[in-house]
Amino acid sequence: MAQLGTTLLPEILRQRHQDILTEWLQLLLESAATRRDLISESELRQQSRELLSALTIAAASGERFESGSTWAPVREVLTRVSEARARQGFSASETALFVLSLKQPIFTQLRTAAPDAAAVASEIWSATILLDKMGLFTTEVHQKSRDSIIMRQQQEMLELSTPVVTMWAGVLALPLIGTLDSARTQIIMESLLQRIVDTGSSIAILDITGVPTVDTLVAQHLLKTVAAARLMGADCIISGIRPQIAQTIVHLGVDLNTVITKATLADAFQTALRRLGLTVVKTHTPARMAPPAPDTAN
Amino acid sequence: MGEWLLVSIQVDMHDRLAMQLQDDLTSRIAATAARGVLIDISALEMVDSFIGRMLGNIAAMSRVLDAETVVVGMRPAVAITLVELGMSLSGVRTALNVEKGMELLSASMAEASGVNGPPVG
Repeated sequence: MAQLGTTLLPEILRQRHQDILTEWLQLLLESAATRRDLISESELRQQSRELLSALTIAAASGERFESGSTWAPVREVLTRVSEARARQGFSASETALFVLSLKQPIFTQLRTAAPDAAAVASEIWSATILLDKMGLFTTEVHQKSRDSIIMRQQQEMLELSTPVVTMWAGVLALPLIGTLDSARTQIIMESLLQRIVDTGSSIAILDITGVPTVDTLVAQHLLKTVAAARLMGADCIISGIRPQIAQTIVHLGVDLNTVITKATLADAFQTALRRLGLTVVKTHTPARMAPPAPDTAN
Repeated sequence: MGEWLLVSIQVDMHDRLAMQLQDDLTSRIAATAARGVLIDISALEMVDSFIGRMLGNIAAMSRVLDAETVVVGMRPAVAITLVELGMSLSGVRTALNVEKGMELLSASMAEASGVNGPPVG
């Protein structure tokens, strides 16, 4: 393949810049893949102008697209456009088509600029290779961008799903929902220990009603959490143990002798209160909660 | 502190210093007839298995001398590290801070010197 610098591309990009830009924009505005519903015309014009200008400068250098430092501005524009489109909801193909559609206007110019058919074929081939590389680069950036968005959402979900609630002064409760893997256990341990410090709580109730299965790994994770809390001066009670879970625990031979376990959160709470020397006393017959008084302001 | 000793560990400890601490502490417990030892590790950002074992040893030695040990002020990161190292320090009593540690000590000492009733559940 001929070095870019020796092809006609840099020259026609410079000299026929405006024609190429005009034809490219026309194609983009006509194509459905442009997703006019997701991007405004002015933004589209700006992105095309930026990319074509950066390309024109870089093409004259003769360096390779993947590594040349003169291509850095082009890669930067492509990255920016791709990441923005990933956020806006464009698919990877739609994003790549933005770049690949630049082929047609360039070929239009190459056909008239090259001296003969063989030269035309060779020029078109060089230009194709370059634009394909740019298109693939765009797709990769788009992919990575989507992956990082997904990972960030997963992280947020992990954090949301492990709340620590204060049930009473000195009593914390953690309703655990979903599977308990080492990543979640780490988060649970960290948030629980931090809340113990913040609230000075001495009892933590780990409710596993929402944990579907308990195998030896999950049990280990729970015991680790209990041990860590104990090192901070807080005792743990594990509640919400369903009958099947109790069976599994015994079958697996998991040793829960170091932990207080209760079937329900209510039992665990009662135990916690008793530990703290508190009792619940009935002071009057239960009454319905009164509806809010009508607004008497005048 | 009355019959209690308060040890505040401020610096990261290496072997010799730790052994020194063990020696000094056991001598002081014997000399003062202390019934309780509070070890404050809130200044320690990092605790390795060596320090963990040392705390366990101190607790065991104190018990032999009829004194109760409570370790207080462990930081969350330190607790997680110890647990990951597999050290749960089961022989050591713990509390969140010095006040709670003192409450724990006085409660257990009252229990110990009380009438021979059934242990509090």
